[in-house]
Amino acid sequence: MNIAAFSLLTIFTLATAAAAALLPRLIHAALCLALSFIGVAAFYALLGAEFVGLVQILVYVGAVAVLIVFTILLTHREDGKGVSAMNWGGVAVAIAVFDGLLWAILKTPSLMGATANSEPITVKQIGITLTAGYMWPLQCTGILLTAAFIGALILVMEEKR
Amino acid sequence: MMPPVDQSLVLVKHAFLACLASHVPWLPAWCIDCLSGLINIGAVLAVFLTLFALISVMERKILARIQNRYGPNRVGPFGLLQPVADGIKMLIKEDVVPRNADKLVHYLAPLAMLTPAILALCVIPYGRGMTPVSIDGGILFFFAIGSATELAVFMAGWASNNKYSMLGAMRAIAQMVSYELPLVMAAVPVVMIAGSLSPDVIVEAQGKYLFHTVPQWFVLTPWGAATFLLFFTAGLVESNRTPFDMPEGESEIVAGHMTEYSGFKYALFFMAEYFGMFAVSGLAVTLFLGGWNAPAAWLQFIPSWIWFFAKLSVLLFVFIWIRGTLPRMRIDHVMSFAWKFMLPMAFVCIPAAALWHYAGRGPAGWLLSLLLIAAAGAGLRKITGIGEKFAPRTYRFAE
Repeated sequence: MNIAAFSLLTIFTLATAAAAALLPRLIHAALCLALSFIGVAAFYALLGAEFVGLVQILVYVGAVAVLIVFTILLTHREDGKGVSAMNWGGVAVAIAVFDGLLWAILKTPSLMGATANSEPITVKQIGITLTAGYMWPLQCTGILLTAAFIGALILVMEEKR
Repeated sequence: MMPPVDQSLVLVKHAFLACLASHVPWLPAWCIDCLSGLINIGAVLAVFLTLFALISVMERKILARIQNRYGPNRVGPFGLLQPVADGIKMLIKEDVVPRNADKLVHYLAPLAMLTPAILALCVIPYGRGMTPVSIDGGILFFFAIGSATELAVFMAGWASNNKYSMLGAMRAIAQMVSYELPLVMAAVPVVMIAGSLSPDVIVEAQGKYLFHTVPQWFVLTPWGAATFLLFFTAGLVESNRTPFDMPEGESEIVAGHMTEYSGFKYALFFMAEYFGMFAVSGLAVTLFLGGWNAPAAWLQFIPSWIWFFAKLSVLLFVFIWIRGTLPRMRIDHVMSFAWKFMLPMAFVCIPAAALWHYAGRGPAGWLLSLLLIAAAGAGLRKITGIGEKFAPRTYRFAE
């Protein structure tokens, strides 16, 4: 059953990703991108990483997709005109990024010995790992986010009278 | 002392599945699992569609009471069959799609709106052992699914190809994104104290009683009360209810993102709004009001799910009450309220909850966290000048 789910999800994710790349209207492409994010989240869930899947939906569908859509709205509208069928520069960048990621994944030693593990990882385990082994990066991220939040607040505070 | 009625619904389901498994032995196990899930989903849909029908007529009745009118009283006894009439009306109405609309996205938007609301309802524990879908990160699932609603609002606003729709959608997304942060942050202290993201564990953590009468709900602690108010306010915004219903402010932008929708599609939007309201209220009950726990140990003879729906009805009544009494806020006020007051307060509540926990969860912690929250509230009032807004107004040209 996992194989069936895996193949269905693969088709769904790849199809929506291809649509995101190829559809002429930007908004359609953005919506398809959101769908492919959901597909990726489903992959995480299938692999037993429920937490990562949920965070994927929360961050990518809830925030990144909305951000993309807003950016499209606030920038100049072209209505699909002037968008050429193939952007060769984009293709080159995409291939380069893909190769780089593939190389990084293949060079990661901890992934080589990985076996199919059906035991799902609980949120508690992630929390314990984060606070026990990665305290320093966690605190740094916290400080960064707090600084960003206070900065945003200060920007809002200066209200024109 | 668990009453037999309490588990009757669960037992009936298990008996049915066991009966099915024994009579149809060739049925594989996953089929039974699927059927079990389908029964749960069917139950959620049946209960909340009935509640939707009821609340739509109750809302009109209560609003009418508040405005000194009768409200619907022609269809059926006390106007109770009004939802049936409304449903038939919606079904036989013409479905108008604007000529220049993006047909597919226009068609999909109501569905994309309703689906997250129904999914969010599935992780809430409605009674002892009565969580339709029990997942480890249930609270996170709720927020993740809820955040998908913004895209649906955008789809509706954009696909309609109408200025009012687009403006309404922009407003809706702006306020939903802003208030999602306080909403999630207000849930953090509860998750911290209960030590789990699972709604079932959070409800269990509130299941103890002091002297068999005083419940240990989180709303009865200072940080819990503060976060409950924040959560409820943010919930009002997320479900686009008055006083935060600028996205569909009919005096300015017709009906916001729903302007170009008619017939049953409009009904679906309406339904999604109410389902969102049920989901947020249900989560508020789960996080702060003890979920399905009875308010006193000697009241446990009443089934747990009756307690859940009693608390849910109280919150829904407050939603309607607020709609009947408060005027609509201005969009810039709404936004600055989120960033200047709600979010900092939500952040303060996290250390307040930690203080309460490390001071032994007793009176000392109670006092300390109350002091911290009061100090933060007073400080914010001073810094942001929110207090000035409530000062008596002076009129220059009118008296």
